[in-house]
Amino acid sequence: MAAYLIRRLWQMIPTLFGVVLLVFLLFKGFGGDPAEVMGGLNATTAQIDAIRQQLGLNEPLWTQFGIFLKQIVTFDWGKSWATNEAVSNLFATRLPATLTVMTPILILETLLAIPFAIGVAYVRGSLTDRAIMVLTTVALSISFLVYVIVGQYVFAFQLGLFPVQGWSDSVWTNLRVYAPLPVLLAVAVSLAPTTRLYRTFFLDEIGHDYVRTARAKGMTERTVLLKHVLRNAMIPILTNVAVSLPGIFVGAFLIEVFFSIPGLGREILLAVNRSDYPVIQAFAVYIAVITMVVNLVTDILYKLVDPRVVLK
Amino acid sequence: MSAVLVSPQLTPSAARARGVWAAAATRFRTDKVGMASLIVVVFFLLVVLAAALGLVAKDWQVERGVPDAPPTFVGPAAKTAAVAIAAPSGPNVDISAVDPLAPKYAEWAEAAKKYQTTEAARATTLPFGGDRLGRDVLAKAIKGAEVSILVGVAAAAVATLIGTLLGAVAGFFGGKIGDFLEWVYNVFTAMPSILLIFAFAAVFPRGVGSVVMILGLAGWTGIYRLVRAEFIKHAVRDYVRSAEAIGASTASRMFRHILPNVSHVVLVQLSIHVVGFIKSEVILSYLGLGVGVDQVSWGTMLSEAQSELILGHWWQLAAATILMAVFVTAFSLMTDALRDALDPKLRGLE
Repeated sequence: MAAYLIRRLWQMIPTLFGVVLLVFLLFKGFGGDPAEVMGGLNATTAQIDAIRQQLGLNEPLWTQFGIFLKQIVTFDWGKSWATNEAVSNLFATRLPATLTVMTPILILETLLAIPFAIGVAYVRGSLTDRAIMVLTTVALSISFLVYVIVGQYVFAFQLGLFPVQGWSDSVWTNLRVYAPLPVLLAVAVSLAPTTRLYRTFFLDEIGHDYVRTARAKGMTERTVLLKHVLRNAMIPILTNVAVSLPGIFVGAFLIEVFFSIPGLGREILLAVNRSDYPVIQAFAVYIAVITMVVNLVTDILYKLVDPRVVLK
Repeated sequence: MSAVLVSPQLTPSAARARGVWAAAATRFRTDKVGMASLIVVVFFLLVVLAAALGLVAKDWQVERGVPDAPPTFVGPAAKTAAVAIAAPSGPNVDISAVDPLAPKYAEWAEAAKKYQTTEAARATTLPFGGDRLGRDVLAKAIKGAEVSILVGVAAAAVATLIGTLLGAVAGFFGGKIGDFLEWVYNVFTAMPSILLIFAFAAVFPRGVGSVVMILGLAGWTGIYRLVRAEFIKHAVRDYVRSAEAIGASTASRMFRHILPNVSHVVLVQLSIHVVGFIKSEVILSYLGLGVGVDQVSWGTMLSEAQSELILGHWWQLAAATILMAVFVTAFSLMTDALRDALDPKLRGLE
């Protein structure tokens, strides 16, 4: 186990180096001149030169890459070009809002999709099953934007059940007042694809020999599905949840934009619109780290869920 | 004797096994849902072609109706009584003595005569309503379909090209090159794709070409993975080794021998990605990271529709949503049918 952990951590280094290199080259090669972005339209040549000197842009490329690496390791990205707020502070203050919205979404989505998927798998091949499949196909073809626009208009603006948008400083108020509508809409939208996906996981398992054996022993279909199939289907379900975990940190950025939630997703979008390079670069690198760590934890979790899995 | 001689006298073409494409076409034709969705998709593509050639929706920017003109089947908007400030009743005061602009008025009136403005009669209703400026929503939605669908198809083509090329090289050669490409793949999949798209969007200028490149560069990894697996499987098969034995070059073996045998995988992936990229383009354009301001796509229509909806003008939202839903549903169903026809092993999954 320890050897496995060490080797996996060791393997992360080249990938991480690649991510850093990609981000560095992308912004160096395709991005505009940072000095001109920072200086603004009215900056004189002398001012721009001074900024270049200050940022180390006149150094050779490999020295600049060194500066970039140092920033990552020391967690010191300096300040946002647009707001002059420290990037680390940006992370710390925007993350709670994102987690407040994303955690309920992920939990509700998973907990609701599993029974739905079992239900659909139970009546597989029937008219209900096919009707649900057609419905989810149509539901999936409508843009996420439409659901949010219409949902916000109907539930908040017309019916007045929720505030249209807003956020407060208290976590409890946020959860009780401001988060319900975004969470509800996001869960409603993601239920269709998740149910479809989990249904295929269940159907994959239903074809196996152990299911036939269980049926042959005289177990009811209910027991077969809930006891035998569900446990085995939990492995791909767990994988799927783990894959979507890093997304929690990016947040459902559309949800955050629509409901004015001061989270990370909205911040990235603002940064993209303002060409605020340090913020985007920091996000890209750290989210990549988080993704890799989550993947490793998932692989270890497999071992706990399924004793047959051998880590090597 | 003669009976034995008769049976092998089949024409060579009939004796030959049917090709994978012919067999797939037969299977596809028996799929009613697939055929129906194919017809819808072809119809949409014809409309896109007509719009691209300027046959329909060419004048989508002409403001032919009153602002926010309702659809014809709803009827014209009720006249709201204009609340005007009561006109002053006293006599006009002559201020020309102190007005500093007075000497210029005659000159300006002369200059204004050189330009003529045509005030076309504006319709009170349009077939499917008008937008904020009175432009025909239906023409806009068709023009938007052209941009959204073209971007989706082009981005899928770029992603497929990158994924197939890299996947073929990685799968066929393996070794150092394969390891290097695996590393590139790991780097690109190390962050959520939406973050990758944003990172590319931050450095690329706005415009249709950029959206295609952004989506293509961020979305090739899935295709790479599948094509690489297929090439690994095929590279050691007998037919490829035979081709090598008779002196076929490396490129010929990769792209003339193996590629046709895995092209069904590529085609299905291309088709799956078109739908995903159309959805992504709509979201990018909505956020203002997509097509330019002088163009229209389903995404820009939705972003305009958001503020219109609050005023009760639902038609632009409905037009963009319905067109997109019909096309994407038809395309998804067609993709499913295509996959079933080309890869019968997968039938019934999902």
